Amino acid sequence: MTTTAYLTALETHLRGTDRKLLVPYVTGGVSDDWIDYVHAAVDAGADAVEIGIPFSDPVIDGPVIQAASVRSLDRGTTPESVLRDLAAYRRDVPLIAMTYYNLVLQHGQREFARDLVASGVNGAILPDLPLEESASWEADAAAHGVATVLIAAPSTPDDRLAALCSRSTGFVYGMGVMGVTGERAAPTDSARDMARRLKAVTDKPVLIGVGVSTKENAEKVAGVADGVIIGAPVMRRVAEAGGAAGVAELIAGFRAALDRAGG
Amino acid sequence: MSLTSTFMGDPVKGRFGEFGGLFVPEPIVPACVELERAFTEAWADPEFRRELDGYLKHYVGRPSPVTECRRLSEELGVRVLAKREDLNHTGSHKINNVLGQALLAKRMGKTRVIAETGAGQHGVATATACALFGLECVVYMGEVDVERQQLNVFRMELLGAEVRPVSSGSRTLKDAVNDALRDWVASVDTTYYCMGSVLGPHPYPWMVRELQRVIGDESLAQCRELLDGADPTHVVACVGGGSNAAGIFAGFADTDAALIGVEAAGGAAIGAGRVGVVHGAKSMLLQDGAGQVLEAYSISAGLDYPGIGPEHSHLADLGRATYPSVTDDEVIVAVRELSRLEGLIPALESAHAFAYLFREAGRGIPLGSTVLVNLSGRGDKDMHQVITLLNGKGGKA
Ligand SMILES: Cc1ncc(COP(=O)(O)O)c(C=O)c1O
Repeated sequence: MTTTAYLTALETHLRGTDRKLLVPYVTGGVSDDWIDYVHAAVDAGADAVEIGIPFSDPVIDGPVIQAASVRSLDRGTTPESVLRDLAAYRRDVPLIAMTYYNLVLQHGQREFARDLVASGVNGAILPDLPLEESASWEADAAAHGVATVLIAAPSTPDDRLAALCSRSTGFVYGMGVMGVTGERAAPTDSARDMARRLKAVTDKPVLIGVGVSTKENAEKVAGVADGVIIGAPVMRRVAEAGGAAGVAELIAGFRAALDRAGG
Repeated sequence: MSLTSTFMGDPVKGRFGEFGGLFVPEPIVPACVELERAFTEAWADPEFRRELDGYLKHYVGRPSPVTECRRLSEELGVRVLAKREDLNHTGSHKINNVLGQALLAKRMGKTRVIAETGAGQHGVATATACALFGLECVVYMGEVDVERQQLNVFRMELLGAEVRPVSSGSRTLKDAVNDALRDWVASVDTTYYCMGSVLGPHPYPWMVRELQRVIGDESLAQCRELLDGADPTHVVACVGGGSNAAGIFAGFADTDAALIGVEAAGGAAIGAGRVGVVHGAKSMLLQDGAGQVLEAYSISAGLDYPGIGPEHSHLADLGRATYPSVTDDEVIVAVRELSRLEGLIPALESAHAFAYLFREAGRGIPLGSTVLVNLSGRGDKDMHQVITLLNGKGGKA
């Protein structure tokens, strides 16, 4: 399979951005005005936005994003409703869908890839679809120009890391710590190690997510990585009724930290 | 047809036909690969097998007998044999699997063991093995199950395990698996995940079936002795994740016996589900139109699970096994009848297998058949619940 033979729109956009990359995560359907959070994040300096499509059994998610998923599902959110809501999105930076494979399987892989593109989504992250299982989805996604962002973990051995990087499209997602999504008093060593190992085997953009909790560790991690993904801090701000203004303030803080880390 | 050959014949690792697989987050993929290697080696190592057999004999009390159920046979017009997993130490078949996995954990140098539990039987078995081998033990259990299986919670704590109540989702077995997986993602370096059924990513469905096949292997020989070399015409077991069923089926896969896995009506993954992916495997799954996993409903905590082990989905696809379901009401009647007629008080889970027999003897199971039923566990843990249920029906035990 030659999904790496061309650059996806997502990768082209990220490569063309000459600053450290900031990618916040927003759970789709978490409130009536969730698209406002996306726009607020973009206006405050996000280079792409990860859109969570909530699943009943999110095994890679900690309490904050689990709670956001429950809240969204309780509002009647479905993959269709998230994509429908995205009609209101301004389409100024790329979007990446983050969800679990069963929702894709039930929707139909090809139809899912097609509907993502139609809704302005350029990539997908499916954390329960590791290398062993993702080839058929990768092919359907590639056929529609959707990037399949693969996840690397601190436990991934070197030979597997190389294989994973060569198959990942759009960018490579490195997990900063071994654990589920969520904020923690994060030692940045593990995240920087992850970034260093990835940079040594790929020239694709390397973004670190999971456990990048504060502006300070985002700045340190971005000293090695091309950027960071911020999930739980955003959704905690939303849960605390921070609204779009709260999201904007949070993202602006991370933007400034990354700009200090260099372009 | 051999269960092993359907597994091993597939070029993609860990597949039973289209089912199974390795649908887990990247951090634990290397651990699953390592586990497959470690179990393959251990299972081929005579020393490991000798050690496990020693514990099964001297600690668990194997082989468990096969009991002729004479009064029941007379009542139903079919010859009923019960495989007595209820007599195992800790009260169910779960200990067979757990001892194998705990020995493997030790062999792999792990110091901490985590498990999920529904009825608490797997949790109790895991806590027991960890006490026996000096391993730290954490058991995840849904809050609903903590409530209805308090005796088992107390047993686990007495055995030195920490029970962590799970408050997310349906607060039952499905959610306990989620939290155990989340723990493992963060702790995989030191921690062994002891899965309680033929569920989860490869190699668990295969490994747990191999560890439970002792039920089937013993039963085959015991039945042939009782039946002058013949095999039963039907083998019946209840199915939550499907480990006691997979274990007993494994012994009879190459015979002509009809294999019947009985699901709870409110958790009938094969009866009412569609192909889906959750907890590491592709299998039949109760889900809504979008693919959100539905909550199962059963009086039996051990069968309160919306999925089923992938090998059962495959056996159903092949037509080698069938998966009917029984209702809670039928189960309660079966508990009372089996107790009165045979002096055997079954676990609510195991009573599903007998409930099917009560309903189908002379119908789906022709008169004159010989039926082997897996009595997977004893009913002590359920007495509190059964009293409430029987009183609620205005009847007395
Ligand atoms: C006695 C008994 N039988 C059956 C089960 C269901 O599990 P499985 O389908 O894996 O045998 C349980 C689970 O808790 C149990 O305790």
